[in-house]
Amino acid sequence: MDARIGIRNTKSIIFKSVIVFLAFVITIPLIVVLLYIIKQGVTQVNWHFLTNVPAPVGEPGGGISNALVGSLIIVAMSAVIAIPVGILAGIYLSENANTKLAYYSGLCVDILQGVPSIVVGIVVYFWIVKPLGTFSAISGSVALAIMMLPIVIRSTEQTLKLLPDSLKEAGLSLGVPYYRVILKVIVPCGFAGILSGIMLSIARIIGETAPLLFTAFGNPYLSTAITKPMQSLPLLIFNYATSPYDDWHNLAWGASFILLMFVLLLNIFTKLITRKWNIQL
Amino acid sequence: MEHTIVSASKFNAWFGDNHVVKDVSIEIEKNQVIAVMGPSGCGKTTFLRCINRMHELIPGATAKGSLKLYSDDVYTMNPIYVRYKIGMVFQRPNPFPNLSIYDNVVAGYKLNGLKMAKADMDVIVEKSLTSAALWKEVKDSLHKKGTFLSGGQQQRLCIARAIAMEPEVILFDEPTSALDPISTSSVEQLFHELKANYTLIIVTHNMQQAARVSDKTAFFYVGELVEFDDTKQMFTAPSDVRTQNYITGRFS
Amino acid sequence: MSAILVLIVIGILITLIVQSMPSIKSLGIGYLWGKVWDPVNNIYGAYPFLIGTLLTSFTALIISIPFSYAISIYLGEYNTKGWLSNLLKNTIELIAAVPSIIYGFWGLFVLVPIIRSFEAKIGVAPYGVGVFTSSLILAVMIIPYAASLGTSLIRMVPSPLKEGAYALGATRWEVIRSVVLPYTKSGLFAGILLSLGRALGETMAVTLLIGNTSAVAHTFKDAFFGPGNTMASVIANEFTEADHTVYLSALIELGLVLFFVTVVINLIGKRIITKYTNN
Repeated sequence: MDARIGIRNTKSIIFKSVIVFLAFVITIPLIVVLLYIIKQGVTQVNWHFLTNVPAPVGEPGGGISNALVGSLIIVAMSAVIAIPVGILAGIYLSENANTKLAYYSGLCVDILQGVPSIVVGIVVYFWIVKPLGTFSAISGSVALAIMMLPIVIRSTEQTLKLLPDSLKEAGLSLGVPYYRVILKVIVPCGFAGILSGIMLSIARIIGETAPLLFTAFGNPYLSTAITKPMQSLPLLIFNYATSPYDDWHNLAWGASFILLMFVLLLNIFTKLITRKWNIQL
Repeated sequence: MEHTIVSASKFNAWFGDNHVVKDVSIEIEKNQVIAVMGPSGCGKTTFLRCINRMHELIPGATAKGSLKLYSDDVYTMNPIYVRYKIGMVFQRPNPFPNLSIYDNVVAGYKLNGLKMAKADMDVIVEKSLTSAALWKEVKDSLHKKGTFLSGGQQQRLCIARAIAMEPEVILFDEPTSALDPISTSSVEQLFHELKANYTLIIVTHNMQQAARVSDKTAFFYVGELVEFDDTKQMFTAPSDVRTQNYITGRFS
Repeated sequence: MSAILVLIVIGILITLIVQSMPSIKSLGIGYLWGKVWDPVNNIYGAYPFLIGTLLTSFTALIISIPFSYAISIYLGEYNTKGWLSNLLKNTIELIAAVPSIIYGFWGLFVLVPIIRSFEAKIGVAPYGVGVFTSSLILAVMIIPYAASLGTSLIRMVPSPLKEGAYALGATRWEVIRSVVLPYTKSGLFAGILLSLGRALGETMAVTLLIGNTSAVAHTFKDAFFGPGNTMASVIANEFTEADHTVYLSALIELGLVLFFVTVVINLIGKRIITKYTNN
């Protein structure tokens, strides 16, 4: 009996060691990738890099200003499209959880969440690029907005569902009409959760390349025209990384570094918000 | 009766097909404290929530019959106006966590977009918090959020919030069942002071509380109003055998 | 407001179907197992991409499973609170946060040469790029999805169940094996489905690392270690080059297939999870 227990205990310890090993070993690839990008990219970044467009092949120097500006504009437009729609839809889903419309909308949110990003790009190509006759920043924004929606909606819905009913009742009992209770009591109380959903969705889309391949398409020059092709950080990385020129590879490393920093900062910021502003009820 | 403020006549309420309030008729006089008691599921809370038309907010909830504030049927009035005139305090204190104490008190005004000069609002805040016996404790922290207050203080904040709307009637749904004994007695003390200016209708599970604070008591049983009488009378010599059984603890 | 969502999804479906019509009409259903993809000569067959997609996704899935499970068990059972577990949890979330283009770019310059010398050592053609390489990166990328779901599920196992086993003298491993894992079996499976859905739809990292060849390899070894293409990568590469209708339409039909497959897998996964969490 004792020997059996000893063996079983040993097995348990071995198993735990294997689990711990596997769980932590997976952090190695991440660290390797991050360090490599930082190493390759940080040396590229300087004021010149941030304020100039890429130089033609063969000429040294150049920068990623068109991609920086482009990413900012495209993401800002996506946010403007997706945030109001997403929050309102999230409010609807949490307040009317038992209706048929809520069921089907919820289903569609799940579907949208699973659609591959390249498929979204194809579809928006036919919805906007073809009719307009040109690639454009706005089509890129629409594609990215479609990808933002499920994240914003789900986090708004979850946050609001977690708020206690008594809050609504308190507002209603003071004679406040329903829509005002939602706008002025429920949504502000859920603000932290909704905001973190928004930040997460933005962090997700600034790194997206595939939806922009046939919509925003890219642009070697700095452009702010939203009905014309526009460059963005991930597109630039894709184009220049796959080119045969070392100069362009360097630009791509620098751009990767900047993109990575944006994404990391957004994620860290989101975590801080959810920790700090968690309203105790 | 000339001093009648709330009256019901053959009033009924349902949750879907479930008939929870059956043919209730009652006349409540101004400036009195009325306790409403009865075993779980007897319809007392449902009836209370019909008075300020909160009942109908639940999907599938319906009501029929006459329920009047003075001589106006509340079901013909705008529900928002009804809730201005008839305030409510809930079982669990529910101050708005994202608002300061000050803003909580005037929440009824702010959320409704009713504009008022700051000086006027200050007066209302002080008056309401004083009536709720909370002013002294919070006058230096008016701009802090209300969540650091104790349970009893939070409940008094909710009372102040209801009072700020200057209602005629205040409904209380088991207001002290979530509070400790000391907070409970501070709230009960308040009932005595409030009745000078308001009519209080208090649903309570606690018979001793009903005996302590109310002028008259209504006893509900399985959806019916079984007896409505002066509290002293009700607890010493009730007319109905069901009331007698409840009071003597044969069922709760 | 949320009716918009229904409209968007229906719109996507309709657009994909309508735009695939030309190729569906002229190529028929045989397109799906046609082995030759030669746009220049107007010959289209989706078989190479189906193979490529299946190989990369399933290889990535198989590689990722031990790690996802390990993380779920560790964070869900062995170490649920504290700085170390938070650190690991945040690191895993970070893996999911890194944009796929960055993984692809890094892979192209760092992983590919390593794999190239590895392939030379084991005696296969040293392309460096290919199905194997993309599977490796893909495996890392999809781990967070199954891991975070698995962690929540394992944490939800009721203590009384586990305590019953401990009280009978079971070791930690035995409790995990006989109580925790069976209890979360279907939920963990759902997590795998979600990881699979993610792998199937992944475009950029795969496009950069897979070598972009549309020919079908002759042996499994060649197919696995050599270059290939997935449905997503061929669309990414050739969509803007497609100059005639059937060509474009053939690519979109691939998009339609991708849409259906990923949507079905994701919905099944989510359905299992809701059933599980309502238990």
